[in-house]
Amino acid sequence: MFRLSSDAMRLAIPALSLTLLLAAVFWMQPRAVGYVGLNLLFNLAVPIALATIAQMLIMAVNDLDLSMGTFVSFVACVTATFLRDAPATGVLILAGAIGTYAALGVIIHLRNLPSIVATLGMSFVWGGLAVLLLPAPGGQAPDWVRWLMTVKPPLAPMAIVASIAIASVAHLLVMRSSLGVLIRGIGGNQRSVERAGWSIVAARASAYGLAGLFAVLAGISLVGLTTSADANIALRYTLLSIAGVILGGGEFIGGRVSPIGAVIGALTLTLAGSFLSFLRISPDWQIGAQGAILIIVLALRLMLNRLEKQEKRR
Amino acid sequence: MDEVLKAVFAVDGAKVNFGAVRALDGVTLRVMPGECVGLVGHNGAGKSTIVSVINGGLTPHEGSVASDGERLERYGINAARARGVRCVFQELSLCPNLSIVENTRIMHRDLGGFGWRKRAAKIIEKSLDTVFSGHGIDSGRAVGDLSIAERQMVEIAMAFSDAGIAPRLVILDEPTSSLDASLARQMLDHVRRFTATGGSVIFISHILHEILETSDRIVVMKDGRVVAERPAQGFDHHGLVEAMGTVARGEGGQRSREQSTAPLILSHQAKGLPFAAREGEIVGLAGLAGHGQTELLLALHAAHSGNWLPERDPLVTFVAGDRRLNGVFELWSILRNFSIASLGDLSRRGLVLANEEETKGADWKRRIEIRTPDMDNRILSLSGGNQQKVLFARALATRARVVLMDDPMRGVDVGTKQEVYAIIREEAARGRTFIWYSTETDEVRLCDRVYVFREGRIKAELAGDEVNETNIIATSFEGVAV
Repeated sequence: MFRLSSDAMRLAIPALSLTLLLAAVFWMQPRAVGYVGLNLLFNLAVPIALATIAQMLIMAVNDLDLSMGTFVSFVACVTATFLRDAPATGVLILAGAIGTYAALGVIIHLRNLPSIVATLGMSFVWGGLAVLLLPAPGGQAPDWVRWLMTVKPPLAPMAIVASIAIASVAHLLVMRSSLGVLIRGIGGNQRSVERAGWSIVAARASAYGLAGLFAVLAGISLVGLTTSADANIALRYTLLSIAGVILGGGEFIGGRVSPIGAVIGALTLTLAGSFLSFLRISPDWQIGAQGAILIIVLALRLMLNRLEKQEKRR
Repeated sequence: MDEVLKAVFAVDGAKVNFGAVRALDGVTLRVMPGECVGLVGHNGAGKSTIVSVINGGLTPHEGSVASDGERLERYGINAARARGVRCVFQELSLCPNLSIVENTRIMHRDLGGFGWRKRAAKIIEKSLDTVFSGHGIDSGRAVGDLSIAERQMVEIAMAFSDAGIAPRLVILDEPTSSLDASLARQMLDHVRRFTATGGSVIFISHILHEILETSDRIVVMKDGRVVAERPAQGFDHHGLVEAMGTVARGEGGQRSREQSTAPLILSHQAKGLPFAAREGEIVGLAGLAGHGQTELLLALHAAHSGNWLPERDPLVTFVAGDRRLNGVFELWSILRNFSIASLGDLSRRGLVLANEEETKGADWKRRIEIRTPDMDNRILSLSGGNQQKVLFARALATRARVVLMDDPMRGVDVGTKQEVYAIIREEAARGRTFIWYSTETDEVRLCDRVYVFREGRIKAELAGDEVNETNIIATSFEGVAV
């Protein structure tokens, strides 16, 4: 009999739930089928997918980033102000932010701090910086960013092409490269990685640095879609990114992550919002309903995990 | 000196202390090229510590480390690996979330560059084929999906694999514990082939006939020292067991009471022999560490306490061995740490009766002599031994009639130990039952009856005069008839 590997099983559920949700949306709103419809459904998923990949990198080393939302907001503010008016300064600021992420990873490891506390603290720092930059909503997206997010590639809309590109790059980086193996190895069994003679600090720093890089890309692409920024623009991203990783088959500990799954998870979360609007559920109830969708998918996964375990025991 | 020059690896007079515990007390060990050194010893003999010294994970506080006649001043994990020192650890040391190929990448640092997957797959498959021909393990599978035996096979093959730096000294720490007989035979055959081509092996096992058959020389350790070292032909089963035990030691403190008439209080169908405890009895759980003793204690505790809600009158209470991990509440006062298990008796309508709590705390402080001016001090202000006494008091202050103890005296000084032994005896005389897992033979000898564990099963039951070191060691190791 053909046996799915556990990695494939991990991907099957998110893929299945996305397909089901998409089918339901198309059934209710046939006009959503097509180039423009798909782009509208999914274009907000691009920044969420990038933030989810960032969160996934942190979760791969058994940590959790609670500053994702405010950090993406901060990046959005930098993009809408400095990156447009003084590109050199803007790039420098963003590079500094990525460096700060890497440094945070080092401090968390060296001082043995709980990542939740450290990143929660940082979230206030990023939030404060964002408010300093843009006390009121405003700014404007740089033209090249705007162009990038509204480009109309042939065959498939930008949102789909971008999602596939993000998933492929992240897959190469996390699942195929040596660095990715090392990062996931730390999540799986840090002691064994240490015994093989690797520097855990360097690996953690690169995981955090890469996460910073993806979060910066998330902020830039978000401004490309919204054209202007605001200090609170992406606060939801903290929870959305965690939910995206989990929906995509990732786990909080053990270094079990899947970049393709994470992107699918981000798409599912975005689609769930549209689906509920099509159902004419009032926005007041939408968050609760979104939570219900999350719980159903996770329950499904727990059930499958249990089945798998039983089979293994036999 | 000539010997040191030739040795692949030589440790000279290594001393290592963990706090008050002397883990290595001047160990000298040499491994020659093409030699398999068997290393045996009971719990706490220092086997794991010497392994850590050799693989670079631990720097001895005194003594020196040399390889190929060259004294190594700055010796660490990377230096060890560069010299071809490899290790198979007792516990799983692969990343379960990664595939076998990816684990190979982690183990061999200089395997990187484009196309490393192909190279890694080739290396590990070649090694698996050499050690366990006909293994049928696909190197693309995740380690977490493998059976325990398969994992161990992969770990062994990983240690013998060659990715640039050939393995020269392979340390095998209980490598056959999850392998069946034919796989173990394959591995031992490979060890012989490996040493025939000039490689060296340090072999640790609780299965004595494996050690006797495979090793060229056997080193016996006890209490952080090498107590015997001879060519393997110079030993037989009984000789090894005798060398591991103490030759002569006072029999003081041993209990000899007739208990068989007291009513049964607890029984459990464990793996191997059935387990039972009588009222007022001190039952010991012995054997090498990690062979199922803690699992039995946890099973007993789970079977006699509520799943969701606490029971009103629990039969059992637990004294944890790893204080830091699951014993003390580090931020709480001594009093709070003491009273947490009996709060049900100390409260009325959901409120804690502060006066009664204090009285009881003061009472126990006097009874077991917790050395502190004030029970409101933080628990961490106490020495390790006194913290352990508080944990004992916590358990004894409950009304539970059975006390489960998970090797609680680890790292406790001798004086405190004697005090606690006295308390245990006194409480047992009042009808309390103690089920005591200990890795120290001296403690096991205080018990009325002892179950010896091996490979997760109860292999022997010793009572009365049978409870002595020789019998315990003999039944802890496989291949010795009692």
